[in-house]
Amino acid sequence: MSPQHTPTISSQGLCKRYGKVEALRSASLEVERGEIFGLIGPDGAGKSTLLRILATLLRADSGQAAVEGLDVVRDFRAIRSRLGYMPGRFSLYQDLSVEENLNFFAAIFSVAVRESYPLIWDIYRRLEPFRRRRAGKLSGGMKQKLALCCALIHKPSVLLLDEPTTGVDPISRKEFWEILAQLRRQNMAIVVATPYMDEALRCDRIALMKEGAFLKIETPKNIISRFPQTLWSVQGDPMYRLLTDLRRHEDIISAYAFGDAHHVAVRSGRISTLQLAENLKTLRYANVEVKEIQPTIEDCYIMVNG
Amino acid sequence: MHAIFTENLTKRFGSFTAVDSITFGVERGEIFGFLGANGAGKTTAMRMLCGLSRPTSGKGVVAGYDVAREPERVKRSIGYMSQKFSLYEDLKVWENIRLFGGIYGMGNKLIASKTEQTLAHLGFEAERNTLVKALPLGWKQKLAFSVAIFHEPEVVFLDEPTGGVDPATRRMFWEMIYQAAERGVTVFVTTHYMDEAEYCDRISIMVDGRIAALDAPKNLRRSLNAPNMDAVFQRVVERRP
Repeated sequence: MSPQHTPTISSQGLCKRYGKVEALRSASLEVERGEIFGLIGPDGAGKSTLLRILATLLRADSGQAAVEGLDVVRDFRAIRSRLGYMPGRFSLYQDLSVEENLNFFAAIFSVAVRESYPLIWDIYRRLEPFRRRRAGKLSGGMKQKLALCCALIHKPSVLLLDEPTTGVDPISRKEFWEILAQLRRQNMAIVVATPYMDEALRCDRIALMKEGAFLKIETPKNIISRFPQTLWSVQGDPMYRLLTDLRRHEDIISAYAFGDAHHVAVRSGRISTLQLAENLKTLRYANVEVKEIQPTIEDCYIMVNG
Repeated sequence: MHAIFTENLTKRFGSFTAVDSITFGVERGEIFGFLGANGAGKTTAMRMLCGLSRPTSGKGVVAGYDVAREPERVKRSIGYMSQKFSLYEDLKVWENIRLFGGIYGMGNKLIASKTEQTLAHLGFEAERNTLVKALPLGWKQKLAFSVAIFHEPEVVFLDEPTGGVDPATRRMFWEMIYQAAERGVTVFVTTHYMDEAEYCDRISIMVDGRIAALDAPKNLRRSLNAPNMDAVFQRVVERRP
């Protein structure tokens, strides 16, 4: 990195209050082109507030932020032509058709839709059969794709996405992330907020957020490799009773349900997987299986939160 | 005796068939996961089962009442909660409970005693006079669920109850669902979290208005040779003709 290098997106010490609520507490980050940066956290973590400040739509109480070296307050006009923003709530015109929405946003930014085809074509081709349909009549996954097309219409270099996949089914979610991976290859800087922990793995770096603060900023791989406890997956029928019994076990720090298995953090060296399995069999659990596993991002989130 | 059953339940909007002759049953005390892609017809089917939308044809029976002929009785026998709307933000915690208890025709005495019980069970005694809008989302969801089953309905419908909730709270919420099911409440739940599908006794997956798969999660994984529910979902939705 050269000394005069300016990160594509940067913020230092951003704070924002709504009355008594501290929505954002000293948020600092840097994001480069060709990077997908994930803001991971539940509702109320401060993800939307941060994105709205970066999108020049909201002023921070203190701290600074810049996009391509331009200040989000002073240079907001210049930034807006370089930045695409997809808000959390569907905010296209429901009564306009797919095509009309695209034309409208193109007109606002004084561009022709045609010029943006190379960038949006891969997304738009999936929408094209429905181009005369009103936006309000599209399915959830289609709406999100249209919103993304509109956010990309002026060929921005920075893309800010606020929970683009909330309420979207698993298959549409995967498609959406494949599209984001392509945009990254076109050297865009992407900041995306999501409450889905599994989507964190598709980001280059993530910030785990809680109550307006960053708990951690890291690559997903490093967050996982620094998980400080031994983690086991435990199965046995009936699963719900098993969970309560595991929590009572003296060598077990925590136990959480994870789909078809429970994830259990154990005090290392105190008990082996084999011993726990035997233990559970004497407690009359059927189909017992205990094995050591790699943590998921969701395990890490629960851990740093606890 | 089924808590919910349907026979060729169908809903058409003009030439579009949103729900296409679905037939299934849910046992009493069962946790039934109702999955499907966006636009597959889940919401329309759920609205019919709640007595909010009249079927075009076919039959649906919920808590012993016919959804087409006795929608008002159906409504009285069920609870409903969705992520989008459940509680009044500008009412206090106790006022919300009072309001919904009243709507379902419960007497004042019963509402008062059950309110204490509910607040104690949630550990919410200190929040009795808090406006709902001031509660963290996870608390709201837990309160909303408690309000949905406050009148002791036979069946409770949960429409994406955990969307946007943090991982730990999501799990606490499911423990509440288990507890309700153990008391005999039938739970009908939609979700986009595939790990939650695993917590259901059985799930169905809707594709283009039809039920494309219905079984226990374990059996679906086995029969489709899929490592997890995410893969099950993918395979069922993509094998459409």
